[in-house]
Amino acid sequence: MCNQAVGLAAAELERRGISTVTIQLLREAAEKVRPPRSLFVPFRHGYPLDKPDDADRQHEIIDAALRLLEDDSLKPPALVDFVE
Amino acid sequence: MGDMSEFSMTVRLFLKAYPWKKIDPVPWTPLSKPLEECRLALVSSAGFVPPGQEPFADDVTGGDPSFRAVPSDVDVSTLEEYHRSESFDHSGLLGDPNLAFPIDRVRELADRGRIGSVNHRYLSFMGSVTAPRRFMRETAPAAVEWLVEDEVDIALLVPV
Repeated sequence: MCNQAVGLAAAELERRGISTVTIQLLREAAEKVRPPRSLFVPFRHGYPLDKPDDADRQHEIIDAALRLLEDDSLKPPALVDFVE
Repeated sequence: MGDMSEFSMTVRLFLKAYPWKKIDPVPWTPLSKPLEECRLALVSSAGFVPPGQEPFADDVTGGDPSFRAVPSDVDVSTLEEYHRSESFDHSGLLGDPNLAFPIDRVRELADRGRIGSVNHRYLSFMGSVTAPRRFMRETAPAAVEWLVEDEVDIALLVPV
């Protein structure tokens, strides 16, 4: 449900002129809900940035998400896999 | 990981039959300026509540659709987690709230100049909302209005 909820919130933000990027943990939900711009990560629920207490690892995932905002080739709905 | 296989059979059957809300049309706001000039807000669905605010309710049919504003200078160790789902392991979040609400991480990005700044407040909600009608029509638009008023440029949204 979390994946749907952040997608719905992202849509509301985009409607109001705020660019968004959403982390997604469940591909089935992402494909059906269709958030505007998402990074799919292959981590278990509860661990969207992979590892607790590992700032470098968390930054890797956040940076991959932020790069989607800079990619002007993407079209909505954009669902991009996180690549190690 | 990251798929249905991590859930119990009961949860898998529920999700398979669940009427997901399809966003249609999909709204799209391209980045209007370099990230280095953007003000960022975080939005987390992990159910974190800062000191002094009301916990998310766990007895609302369909899930508590409310939001909390979280000051961006909060000490993450003071956040309390009220996500009602029993379908995932909460221990990572409890030990390090940055795992799903990366408040320290985005502050570091602003310090490094990767983003322009962080907003003075973020949004927190409890993502286990199976009946999202009120969430979509009332509480999310009202919460987003706060970020519009703050002239936020970009948002990073993290589920759990």
